[in-house]
Amino acid sequence: MPVNTKAIGKTYEPVTYAVGREKIREYARAVGETDPVCMDLDAARAAGYADLLAPPMFAVVYSAPAVGPPIFDPEIELNFAMMVHGGQEFEWGEPVVAGDEISITASVKDISEADGRGYYVFESISTNQRGEQVCRGTWTNIVRGV
Amino acid sequence: MAELKPGEQIPELRATPDKYLTVRYAGASGDFNPIHIDEEFAKAVGLPGRILHGLWTMALLARAQTEAAGGAARLKRLKVQFRGMGLPEHEVVVTGTVRELTDHGTALIDTVAEQDGNQIIRNAEAEIEI
Repeated sequence: MPVNTKAIGKTYEPVTYAVGREKIREYARAVGETDPVCMDLDAARAAGYADLLAPPMFAVVYSAPAVGPPIFDPEIELNFAMMVHGGQEFEWGEPVVAGDEISITASVKDISEADGRGYYVFESISTNQRGEQVCRGTWTNIVRGV
Repeated sequence: MAELKPGEQIPELRATPDKYLTVRYAGASGDFNPIHIDEEFAKAVGLPGRILHGLWTMALLARAQTEAAGGAARLKRLKVQFRGMGLPEHEVVVTGTVRELTDHGTALIDTVAEQDGNQIIRNAEAEIEI
């Protein structure tokens, strides 16, 4: 059965994420972050940040609520049970600190098929409360047996 | 901070996720897929047991870059391919080699994450500020 490519270009409603200081600490501990500006408020302020700096891969935390809807969008017909996360790219812009409000917009960048696998590529664009881009994510999901 | 020249390796990063790491990472990230936290569920769907979150391993690989660059804010771009699966309580080793220095003050690094000799993240490319 060929993959349904109708949804390429579809853009979803933006999702807002409020970045919390203790959420940054919890994430930093889980990934073993060693930069003190991610855990120690005095160190963050001494380095010129308004609050704790989010580690770069914290992008996963604020982007995830925005990339869920495309994965489960009935128009895309993605077979979640057969899905694996094939690849991921992030490009970072302005730093994210506790207290920021991030707005994330997801879209369908590409849907294609090769060798019996479906390739579903979603993009997330994240901006802060000043409208500055903080991250662009490219999420490649592979569905076996399409 | 490491010396970053083309052909040079960044400092190797080794970490062994403990038995409950996937539970803490699930809480921290919001990804509660049971294949990461429920041994019986993971086995029932044909896995050897609970597996690591690929994005946790990617975060470890990111940390190898930021530690080489001298700060968490210095990672500008990271692109990875996930292959195979990572397991708790097995050491993960991240290695990387500087491919080139750009004319806008960054270094491009070719990097991988291995566990028990298998690449669980391969063909990864990082760009860090130097």
